[in-house]
Amino acid sequence: MTDAAIAAPTRSFAVDKLGVLIAALAAIAAFLPFAAFRANRIVLGEAKGLFAALPGWEAAALAIVLAAGIGIALFRTPTLWRLATSLVVLALLFVAIGHAGTFLTPPGDKIARVSPGAGFWLLIFAFALLAADAIARLKLKPWTRIGVLAAVALFFAVLLGSGTLNDLSILREYANRGDTFWREAQTHLALALGSLAAATVAGIPIGILCHRSDAWRAPVLNVLNAIQTIPSIALFGLLIAPLAWVAANIPGASAVGISGIGAAPAMVALFAYSLLPVVANTVVGLDGVPPAANDAAKGMGMTDWQRLVTVEFPLAFPVILTGIRIVLVQNIGLATIAALIGGGGFGVFVFQGVGQTAMDLVLLGAVPTVALAFAAAVVLDAIVEMVSPKDTRRD
Amino acid sequence: MKPGLIIRLVVLALLVAFIVTPESFAWVFQPLTKNGQPAIYVQNSLLNLTVSHLTIVAIATIASTLLAVGLAILVTRPFGAEFLPLSRSLANIGQTFPPVAVLALAVPVLGFGTAPTLVALFLYGLLPIFENALTGLTTLPPAVTEAARGVGMTDRQRLLGVELPLATPVILAGIRLSVVISVATATIGSTVAASTLGEVIIAGLLSNNLAFIAQGGLVVGVMAVLIYDALSALERALMARTGQRRQHA
Amino acid sequence: MIEIEALTKDYLELTVVDHVGLTVADGEIAVIVGTSGSGKTTLLRMINRLIEPTSGTVKIDGQDTRDVPAFELRRRIGYAIQGHGLFPHRTVGQNIATVPTLLGWDKGKIAARVDELLELFQLPAAEFRDRMPSELSGGQQQRVGVARALAAEPKLLLMDEPFGALDPIIRAKAQSDLLAIQKRFGTTIVLVTHDMEEAIHLGSRIAVMDKGKLLQYAPPDEIIARPATPFVAELIGTGERPFRLLSLGKVRDLVESGPAQGEPISADASLRDAYAECLWTGREMLPVVDADGASIGRIRRDDIAHKAERPQ
Repeated sequence: MTDAAIAAPTRSFAVDKLGVLIAALAAIAAFLPFAAFRANRIVLGEAKGLFAALPGWEAAALAIVLAAGIGIALFRTPTLWRLATSLVVLALLFVAIGHAGTFLTPPGDKIARVSPGAGFWLLIFAFALLAADAIARLKLKPWTRIGVLAAVALFFAVLLGSGTLNDLSILREYANRGDTFWREAQTHLALALGSLAAATVAGIPIGILCHRSDAWRAPVLNVLNAIQTIPSIALFGLLIAPLAWVAANIPGASAVGISGIGAAPAMVALFAYSLLPVVANTVVGLDGVPPAANDAAKGMGMTDWQRLVTVEFPLAFPVILTGIRIVLVQNIGLATIAALIGGGGFGVFVFQGVGQTAMDLVLLGAVPTVALAFAAAVVLDAIVEMVSPKDTRRD
Repeated sequence: MKPGLIIRLVVLALLVAFIVTPESFAWVFQPLTKNGQPAIYVQNSLLNLTVSHLTIVAIATIASTLLAVGLAILVTRPFGAEFLPLSRSLANIGQTFPPVAVLALAVPVLGFGTAPTLVALFLYGLLPIFENALTGLTTLPPAVTEAARGVGMTDRQRLLGVELPLATPVILAGIRLSVVISVATATIGSTVAASTLGEVIIAGLLSNNLAFIAQGGLVVGVMAVLIYDALSALERALMARTGQRRQHA
Repeated sequence: MIEIEALTKDYLELTVVDHVGLTVADGEIAVIVGTSGSGKTTLLRMINRLIEPTSGTVKIDGQDTRDVPAFELRRRIGYAIQGHGLFPHRTVGQNIATVPTLLGWDKGKIAARVDELLELFQLPAAEFRDRMPSELSGGQQQRVGVARALAAEPKLLLMDEPFGALDPIIRAKAQSDLLAIQKRFGTTIVLVTHDMEEAIHLGSRIAVMDKGKLLQYAPPDEIIARPATPFVAELIGTGERPFRLLSLGKVRDLVESGPAQGEPISADASLRDAYAECLWTGREMLPVVDADGASIGRIRRDDIAHKAERPQ
C-alpha cells in the first residue's frame, strides 16, 4: 500500500477542496441574474438579481441558507451531512425560483415570462456537484440509489402538482400544450423502449451466433459498426423511402401503421443503432466466461444448449445488461431526432423551439429528455450492480 | 500492400473525388430523385461544407482532448485525488445528456451558427476521452510505476516519461470514440445553422429529396469509418511499440 | 554502511514496522526474511523513502536520508523488484540508461555503461540493446531489471523479491549471477524474500521479521544454530536444519589428502551436495577436484555428517 491509500487527515476545520470550488461557483453566481423577466415570449430578458427576484425576507432567508450550505461544503464535514445539505439547498432553490416567478409576474399577466437565470443554474450546478460527490463517496447500495432517485422524483411531482412552479416560463409553455406534451412523451417512450425491446430480442441471438461462429463474427460486427457511423438524421431520412415503398406495396403494412414518414422509420433507425451495443456486449460477455467453467460444464456432459442456458448466459448476463443500459440511455437521447421526420417525441418541442427561437419551448423538450435518460441510467446501473457477482469491485 | 489498405485508399480517393466534383457522380444519385429533383446539392459547395465540418470537429476534439487529459491528470495526482470519485460520477452522468439537448441548450447562450455546435461537440467529446484517460492513468502496471519512483524520477518526469506515454494508446482510443461521435453529431449542428454536411441532409429532409440525404449521410459515414480505421491503426502501432496488449475497445 | 535506528511505520492504528534497528556493513548482503504481512517490504521501501517512516532514522554512510530530496536519494540507490518493472515503451538500452540519464551523464559514457552491463549479464549488447522488453524471456527481463538498478554504479542496491517470478532453474542461475556481480562491484545489498533457502544462500546476514518486529539479525549459521524464537526456528524448518547448515559450507573446507573411488566432486560444491552424492552412490568418501579438474584430495562422509551437528 502506498501513502496515498491512507485516509486524509480528518481534522475538524480542514478546508475541503471541492468546497472551495463550490464556494467559488456560488460567488460567481452572486453576480449573475437569479431570474430573467421578459414582457413576452420572444423579447430579450431583463436580468433580476436574487433580491430583485424575491420578496426581501425570502431573499434574505435564501441567502442565509446558501451561506450555511457553502460553509458546510467548505469544511471537512461528515459525508451524510453534506448530502443532506446539498439536497435541502437544491430543494429550496427550486421552491425559490417558483416564488420568483409568482413575485415577478404582474397579477393577471398571461404573456409575461419569468425564467431561471444563469445565477440560478450555476447554484444548482454547484450544489448538484456537492450531492454527486457525497453520493459517490457514500458508495450507496443499489436499492438505496434507486430510493434516492424515487425521493427526488416524488419531490418534483409534489412541487409541480402544488403549482409552485406554475409561473415559470417552461410551465407556461406546458400549460399551452399540456395534451401534446403527454402524447409526445408517450411517443418518445414508445420509440425508445420499443426499439430497445426489438434490439434485445434480435441482438442476443445474433450475439450468441457471433460468439459461436468466427465466420459470422467479423462481418456482422463490422456492418453494425458501420451503421453507427451514419449520422442519425441521415439514417432517419434514408429509411423514409423503403418504408414508403413497403407501405404502398405490401398489403396490410399501412394498416399496422407503417408509413414513409412518422414513427416507423424512426423506430427502424433506433433499432439499427441499438443492435451494436446489444450484440457486442453479448459477444464480450460470452467471451468472458471462464474457460474452466465451460470445460467443467462440458466435462459433466452438458449439451451445447444446456451449457448456454445454465452456465454461459447467466455468467454473461451482467455484461449484456450493460449493453442494454447503453442502448436505453442512447435511445432516449436519439429519439429526439425522430421529430425531424415527423416521428414525434420530445424532439418536437426542441426543434419547434429552435425554429421559433423560443428557448422555453426548447427546455420543455430537453429537460424531460435529460431527466428520463438520467433516471434510466441510475436505475439500470443499479440493476447491473445487483446482478453482478459480488467480487467485481465497483469504484 | 495489404488488400484492406488498398480498399481504404480506393474509398478515400472516391470520397475526395466526390467532394471535389460532386456533379460527375450525378448518375449515381439520379435514381433516388423523383419529379425532376436535382440529384446533387449545389446551394453550397460540398468541399466547403466538408472542410467546415471537419474543422469544427477538429477544433472541438483538440479542445476536449486538452481539457479531458488535463483533468484526468489532475484527479490522478495527490493534489486532485479528492476529486476522483466526483469526476468519475460526473463523467457517467454527463454521458446521459443527449447531444441534441446539449446543442439546443447552448443556443440561448451562444446564439445560432457554429458556436453552439462547437460547444456541444466539445462538451460531448470530453467524456469518452476523460474516461479513457482516467482508465489509462489508473491502470498502469504497478511494477512499472513503482520502478519509476524507485529509480528516482520526479513526479513530473514520471508523468511525462512513463505514465502519459503508457496511457497514450488508451487515451487515443477515447479520442477515436469522441471523433466518430462528433463527426456524426456535427450534422445535427445544421439544425441551428452551423455550416456542416448536415445542411445537405436537412435540405433533403425539407424537400423530400432522398438523393441529398444519401449523399450527405454517405460522405459523413465514410469519413467517420476512415478516421476510425486510421486512428485504430495508429493505436495498434503504439500498442505494438510498447509491447502492450489492447485493453480497450 | 546503512544504519537503521528505531524505524517505525504506522498506518492509522496499525504498526507495520515496529522500532526496527539494524546495521549493514559495506559489501554485505543483508537478507530480510518473513511471511507476507511481516513488514519486510515496508522496511525495505523506507530505506529509499518510497515509504516515509513515521519515526526513526535511516543513515547511509552517516548521512540521514531525510537530508536529501527523495528523488535524489533514490537515484543513488539501485532498486530492483519482482516482475522487473521495466518500462514497456522503452528499449532495453533506454531502460538501463534511465538513472544515468536522470543524473545527466554524457551520452558516450551512458552508451558504454549500457553495453558493459548487458555483456556482464550475458546479453550481447548488439543483439539486445534495441529490443523492447516484451520481446525478452522472463529471465532476460529480470536480468535487465537488475542491470538497470546497477546502471549508475550505486554503492547500495535494494531488491524486493527480485527472483520471485522466476522458475527454479533460472532462479538458481540469477542468484549465482547476483553473487558474482556483488563480488565484482562490492555493492552493498539489502534483499527481501520469503524464501529461507534463498536467504541462506545469498545472505551474509539474515534479518527475520514477524508482525513488524525484527526477531533476529545474525549470520546464517547462527540463525540456523541458535534461532532466537520458536518462530525463527519454524521458518527455518526443524527438519531442514542440518541440511541448511551444510549448504553454507564448501567441499574445499573439509578436503583431506588421499585417494577415493568414483565420480569426483568439485571443491566449490556445497557440503550439502557432497553429502547427497555420498548417500546416493553409497560411498564413504568422494574424490575432490578443483575448478581445472585437477585432483586435490578427497572428502569423507563422516566429516560432513559431523559438520551437520548443532554447533556448540
